[in-house]
Amino acid sequence: MAVNTGLASLSEGLWTAATGTYMLAVVAYTGEYAFGRNGRIARTSADRTVQAGAVASRQPALVGGGETAGASDHLRPAEASDQPPVEIDPVRQDGTAGRRWGRAAVGLTVLAALFHLASVAIRGIAVDRVPWGNMYEFTLVVGLMATVAWLATLVRMPQLRYLGLFVMMPVLLVMFLAGTLYTKASKLVPALQSYWLAIHVSSVAVAEGILLTSAAITAMYLVRARFERHAAAGTAPARFAALGSRLPAAAALDKAAYRTVAFAFPIYTAGVIFGAIWAEAAWGRYWGWDPKETWAFIAWVVYAMYLHARATAGWKGNRAAYINLLGFAAMTFNFFVVNIVISGLHSYAGLS
Amino acid sequence: MTATTIRTVPPARQPRTGLPRLARQLWRRLISMRTALVLLFLLALAAVPGSLLPQRPLNPPKVQAYIASHGAWGRFLDRIGAFDVFGSIWFSAVYLLLFASLIGCLVPRIAVYARALRARPLKAPRHLDRLAEHAALGTGLAPDEAAARISRTLRPRWRTEVRAEDGGALAVSAEKGYSREAGNLLFHVSLLAALVLIAAGRLLSYEGSIVVTEGSGFCNRPISYDTFSAGRLVQAGQLSDFCIDQLEEFRASYREDGSPAQFQARVAYSEGLAGPSRQHVIEVNHPLRLDGDRVYLLNHGYSPTVTITRPGRTPVTDTEPFLPEDAVLTSEGAFKLPGRDGSSDDDLGLSAIFAPTAVITGGVVSSISPVANAPVLAVLAYTGVLNPNGQPQSVYSLDPKQIAAGKLKQVAAKNLGLGESMRLPDGTVIRFDGYRQWANLQVSHDPSQTALLVAAVLMVLGLLGSLAVRRRRLWVRIAPAGPESASAARSVVSVGGLARTDGGNFAAEFTALVAQLSAALDSGPPDAPAVRSSTDSTADKIGAGRD
Repeated sequence: MAVNTGLASLSEGLWTAATGTYMLAVVAYTGEYAFGRNGRIARTSADRTVQAGAVASRQPALVGGGETAGASDHLRPAEASDQPPVEIDPVRQDGTAGRRWGRAAVGLTVLAALFHLASVAIRGIAVDRVPWGNMYEFTLVVGLMATVAWLATLVRMPQLRYLGLFVMMPVLLVMFLAGTLYTKASKLVPALQSYWLAIHVSSVAVAEGILLTSAAITAMYLVRARFERHAAAGTAPARFAALGSRLPAAAALDKAAYRTVAFAFPIYTAGVIFGAIWAEAAWGRYWGWDPKETWAFIAWVVYAMYLHARATAGWKGNRAAYINLLGFAAMTFNFFVVNIVISGLHSYAGLS
Repeated sequence: MTATTIRTVPPARQPRTGLPRLARQLWRRLISMRTALVLLFLLALAAVPGSLLPQRPLNPPKVQAYIASHGAWGRFLDRIGAFDVFGSIWFSAVYLLLFASLIGCLVPRIAVYARALRARPLKAPRHLDRLAEHAALGTGLAPDEAAARISRTLRPRWRTEVRAEDGGALAVSAEKGYSREAGNLLFHVSLLAALVLIAAGRLLSYEGSIVVTEGSGFCNRPISYDTFSAGRLVQAGQLSDFCIDQLEEFRASYREDGSPAQFQARVAYSEGLAGPSRQHVIEVNHPLRLDGDRVYLLNHGYSPTVTITRPGRTPVTDTEPFLPEDAVLTSEGAFKLPGRDGSSDDDLGLSAIFAPTAVITGGVVSSISPVANAPVLAVLAYTGVLNPNGQPQSVYSLDPKQIAAGKLKQVAAKNLGLGESMRLPDGTVIRFDGYRQWANLQVSHDPSQTALLVAAVLMVLGLLGSLAVRRRRLWVRIAPAGPESASAARSVVSVGGLARTDGGNFAAEFTALVAQLSAALDSGPPDAPAVRSSTDSTADKIGAGRD
């Protein structure tokens, strides 16, 4: 069966639709971030309310904590650490505009994810195989996994919605990246004709999508931690750390980053083992220090370091966070540099 | 993974004298978590050059080229083992230290865990309401009946212990999540086992590679192979006893755009001295699996056949494998025909290019398809001395040094279609008869890999337990209700919970647990339950839970 070019171009059209919709979603998340309860405008109006001396509230609400009041402590943006709790007018704090932006953003994300899923699935149908046979396709799948991970997070912790901007921006970047890695729809060379392609590559893609999310959370953690240090010292945070004022508490971000890695690490480990099983069937050895294998090993060791560092006195916090980012850097290096620059047995990028 | 994986260094008797004391200090430092972290980092760092520099075990010619083009720097890198990183002393040193550190950490932890398994859950703290999660209930049951019901409710998943306290109160201590540490230990022990098995595999494994043209075969002996490498404990005379009697047919199929669709090598093989001859089709990703050995299809190409008739001598028909130069299998190779015995410069050598579907532009032959639709053999014929010293040389080319030295002289050149001939000045006739295909087969033997797979699976299972299981402690104190108690409650029940590992939402878990306990206390006679709670929010949640 030859490649179905009609379906292949439909898949490409859906990529365009998904990317465009992600862009709109990013705009909407930005709107929520700006106008929502945790946004600068809400905070500014809250400050004004306090200055005006309007202490008309029945219940004390932490600035920025309105929508999250029912959530457990660690998910609440920890404004308490940098400002004394202030009583504010709940009527002025309902953030209707922000909520509308937020809902629109989630709706657009779901729509984009559907386009995205359809693009991946139809590509698979067009070439009659799993749709992750080259870098373009793999990138699309990793992006889809990150979006799914984000939507799953929203189902469990809807109060995190205002952070969507920081997750959807990387996804949008991944979509553009996929565009630059574009490869014409084609069938697989015999080396890739194995059911292990479905198992090995999908498990690695899932793990990498989740680890991407963890890296994004860790970046937020580092900003927030610096902000909290400034707040504790009573100094004005520098421009970059000032972004931290609207982020959740550093401790909560640290925990979220750890839990995502703890979830992804066994999947990644299994993915590498699946790769070894496939290598045994394809190349006659389960491990041969091919550059791709070497960097998979390096990333695995670095993430193992991260898990240990979080349980070691003196290594918790910032140091562990940098190790997390280092692991992500190793994984990203493995994907881009090893696929494109270094030649090895895993040279299936489809780029020439 | 909080307190659970902090490495426990056993309290040690301190020897007073210098050297043993120093050794003990070094050992304790080695097995500390900080050292393990540094060693992990070094391990990752040490692996980097292994991917950036060419590696001898993977690609020796590339290493030679690198050293040649980088002069002293290349030689320096070679001396420190940078071209065989994963066999180098420093890489081994890092992982052996890590290995030792891991063993030093695991042994005491296993002992601690064995004790913890036998230990009873901890006594209830005096003030349960100081725990982050706590609640209070009332019940119409007597303390002993209430304690029994609570134990029964918890027991399927919790280890419980009931203790009597002052004032007629009973305290139920419960703990769960023991398999977290078990998973953690399982992971690390399996990792150690995997490393041992990998090392054993390196000593006991061998690998041979051979180019086989259709119609020929080989037996599993070191001398059969074009390249052969074996671990130190492999005895050359004792490889598994099997033969690939014949490569019967190699079939490559291609799609319309010229990309390969499938490669199949049909072989006849036999095991043992007088084993029956069987057939098997080896494909990429589908090796022939024999008892202990696997036969892989790694590469393929064409072997053209020529008949050379020298005047006054018997015609010689020769088939030689040619090396593919590109994706459309434009291939290069050579035919070598020694001259008459005793004559010094009578050898005949043909340096040739085989193009499966040839186009000839300006006299240069190239191929446009890997399928042999219009094969052409472009021949450069040389006479002279092929191999003056009788040393081994490439079968795929004539010795370029001999050509450069004028010892091999080109006497004719022609592009031959199928069945066409060329005539050399001395009357020799060379006919391009046809072609066969060759397959590059690799034989691999590694007795450790099945056990290694088991170790790897155990590693993943251990990881899942270590990262997913949550450790929880729960205490329930049942005190007889005082006489001033207005309600029908006979006992006051206070509950406190502690999450020993992050993960999950312990507040919600605790609420559900309290609801479950409350339901157990309420069910059946004697009734008159009363639910009371330390905080309003907890009461709300319990209420919601029961609805």
